[in-house]
Amino acid sequence: MKRMLLLGDEAIAQGALDAGLSGVYAYPGTPSTEITEYIQRSKEARERGVHSDWSANEKTAMEAALGMSYAGKRAMTCMKHVGLNVAADGFVNAGITGANGGLLVVVADDPSMHSSQNEQDSRFYGKFALVPVLEPANQQECYLAAGYGLELSEKYGTPVMIRITTRLAHSRAGVELTEQRAENELRLPTDKQQFILLPAIARKSYQTLLGKQAAFEEESESSPLNRYEDGDDKSLGIIACGIGYNYLMENFPEGCPHPVLKIGQYPVPRKQIKQILDACDRVLILEEGAPILEEQIRGLLDTSFNIAGRLDGTVPRAGELNPNIVAKALGGEIAAGEKQPEIVQPRPPELCKGCPHIDSYNALNEALSELDPGRVFSDIGCYTLGALAPFHSINTCVDMGASITMAKGAADAGLFPAVAVIGDSTFTHSGMTGLLDAIIENSPITVMIVDNETTGMTGGQTSSARGKLEDICKGLGVPEEHIIVVEPLKKHHEENVTAIKNELFHRGISVVIERRECIQTAKVTVKIKKEANA
Amino acid sequence: MKRDIIIAGVGGQGILTIATIIGYASVERGLYLKQAEVHGMSQRGGDVQSHLRISDNPVHSDLIPEGRADLIISVEPMEALRYTSFLAPDGWIIANKKPFVNIPTYPDFDELWGKFEDMKRSILLDGEKLAREVATARSMNIVILGASSPFLPFEMSEFEKAIEAIFSRKGEAIVAQNLAAFRAGRALAEERNLALQ
Repeated sequence: MKRMLLLGDEAIAQGALDAGLSGVYAYPGTPSTEITEYIQRSKEARERGVHSDWSANEKTAMEAALGMSYAGKRAMTCMKHVGLNVAADGFVNAGITGANGGLLVVVADDPSMHSSQNEQDSRFYGKFALVPVLEPANQQECYLAAGYGLELSEKYGTPVMIRITTRLAHSRAGVELTEQRAENELRLPTDKQQFILLPAIARKSYQTLLGKQAAFEEESESSPLNRYEDGDDKSLGIIACGIGYNYLMENFPEGCPHPVLKIGQYPVPRKQIKQILDACDRVLILEEGAPILEEQIRGLLDTSFNIAGRLDGTVPRAGELNPNIVAKALGGEIAAGEKQPEIVQPRPPELCKGCPHIDSYNALNEALSELDPGRVFSDIGCYTLGALAPFHSINTCVDMGASITMAKGAADAGLFPAVAVIGDSTFTHSGMTGLLDAIIENSPITVMIVDNETTGMTGGQTSSARGKLEDICKGLGVPEEHIIVVEPLKKHHEENVTAIKNELFHRGISVVIERRECIQTAKVTVKIKKEANA
Repeated sequence: MKRDIIIAGVGGQGILTIATIIGYASVERGLYLKQAEVHGMSQRGGDVQSHLRISDNPVHSDLIPEGRADLIISVEPMEALRYTSFLAPDGWIIANKKPFVNIPTYPDFDELWGKFEDMKRSILLDGEKLAREVATARSMNIVILGASSPFLPFEMSEFEKAIEAIFSRKGEAIVAQNLAAFRAGRALAEERNLALQ
C-alpha cells in the first residue's frame, strides 16, 4: 500500500479523493485551508475534474456542496470553526433535508485561538443539527474518517461532520492509503420533495431525522473510531476525545494501566460510557475543546462526585490540551526544563516589510489625527494587525464583515465621522450586504477597502473580489463620485491623506479603495514573470 | 531510538525546510514521525516553531512534552531561549547567533549571547557568515542544520540524499550550495569537539 507523509488536513483531502469525491467547496480559514489547497494541487483531482475553486464565503460553500450532494455526487465543504457560524443556516437545515450523494462538512477548530477570535467547539453544532460527528485522533484516522464519513453519509442520507483541531490539522505523519473508489454518477434524489423545507414537508423531514438518532448512536457503538480498552487499575478510568487520546497515551509509554474509552464518533456510544463509569471509581474526561461530553455526563445537577475534567478544574477550563496538562490531570507531573529566561520578549506577528496596509494606515492615522480616537471599525485579515504598535489604528475586530455594519450602527447613534476598514476578500465574503444597508440609508460612513488583491492572512488565495470592487460598489448604489481609488505608497501619502479626509467629512456613504498587491503574492508574481522571460 | 526536536525561528526564516529535510531522512529510514507546524497568523514575522518527533516506535502526541526535547535547533538566538522549558536535562541547543530584530523590546545582544555561555550544552554560531563563505546568506538555515547533524541519528549520506531530494527542483547549483552549507555547519560542530553519536 502507498504511504505518504501528510498533514491532518491533507490526509482528509486525500481520503476524500480516494473515496470518490467530486467537489470541495471552501473559503480559506486557518487551520482548515490546507484541505482545499491539497486538492487544488493534486494532479489526480485535476485530471478527474474535481471541483476545488474557492467560494465567496462558507455559506455559499456549504450550499454548493449541498447542491452537489443533491445531484448524487460526493461533496465536501471545509471551514474553520467560526466559518461554521457563517454557514450555520445551510448546515443546520441540511441536517433536515439530509444528503443524497455523500456530504462531508469538515470543520477545523482552533482551541487556544492561535489564529482566531474565539475557541468555540464545533461538536456543539453537530449535536444541534442532529448529525453524526467524527473526531479523528491522528492523521491515519483523518484519512479513514473521510471515506468512512462519506459511506455513513450515504447509508443514512445525512450530512456528516468531521471535526479536527489545530494540532492535528497542522501536524504531519505517515499515512497508509487504501483502495480508490470511483466517483458517483449523477443521480437525483428519488424523493423529489426531499430538499423542499416547506413547513408541511419540513415537519416530516424533521421526524425522519429524529428517527435516525438511535441508528446514529448504534453506529457509534460499533465505530472504528470509538474503542474501549480495558485496564487492570480501575481506581481511575479515562474518556479521551479526539487528540486527547494521544496526550493520554504519551503519558503511558508502556500502555495505560487504566480502562480507556477513546471517543472519535458522536452521538456518543452511551453503552460504552456506562461501561467505563460502572467499572471505575473515578473517571477523567479529556476533551480538546469545550466540556461538552463532561456536562452531559455530569447532568444538570451534577451530583456525581466521581467525574473529573474541565468543569472541576482538573483540566483548565480554556485552551487546548497538551501532554503536560494531561499529566497533571492524571495526578503526576512531567518535569519541565529550565524556565524561559526573562530576557525573552514576546514577538507578535506584524505587517510584512513593504505591505500596502502600512501606507494605508499611515494615511488614515494622519487623516484622523485632529479628531478624537475610537472611530475606526475593522475586520478579519492581515490588516487587523493595525490594532498593534506602531499603528494603533483600529478599534474593533469582531467577525467577517462587522466593520461596515458596526460603523453604520455607530453612525446611526451619532458618531461622525465613522470609518470601516475591510479587506477585499472579506468585503466579498460578508461586507457587501452590510454596505447595501448603509447605501439604502445613505449612512455617513467611509468604507476603506484595503484591496491587496488576494486573501492574504491565510497565504494568498485567490480573492473573489479581484477586479470587481468598483463595479460591485457602483452596482450596489454608491454614488460614483464617492468611489475613490488610491494607491497606498509612501510617495502618494499627502494626496491619499487628502482623499481620505474629503470622504471622511462627506455626510453620506463613500468608499475609498486602497489598491496595491500584497507584497507576498507580488514576490511570487515577479518570480513567475522572471521564469517566463528566462 | 527516539528524538524529540524543537525547531524555532521567526516566520519566514525557513524553519520548515529544516523540518522537511530531517523528515525526509526519517521516512527513508522507515522511522515513525510526527511534525507539528505553525501556519496562519504567526507566520507574519512572529515567533514560529515546529515540534519534530522521530522514533522507531509509533509516536502518540504531536506536541513534545515540556522537559523532554533532545534538541532545540533555532535560526535565531532569542527564539532558541523561548523554548528552554521543553529541553530535557541532557538536551542541546544549536542556534544561529545573528539576532532578527523586529520588535522594539529586543534584548541587549551581549546579554543574550551571554545566556548561551551559561549553558554547557549549547552551540551558538554565526550561520549567515558561514553560509556566505560557502554559498549565499539564504542557506543559513542549512548551516544550522549541519551544525545540529551530529546530534541526529543519521549518516552524512542520508542527510545529503535528503538535501538533494528537497532542493533538486531548484537546480543543481542550489543543491550544491546547500550541500556546501550543510558540510560547513557540520565541520564547525565537529571542530568544537562534540561528541558524535
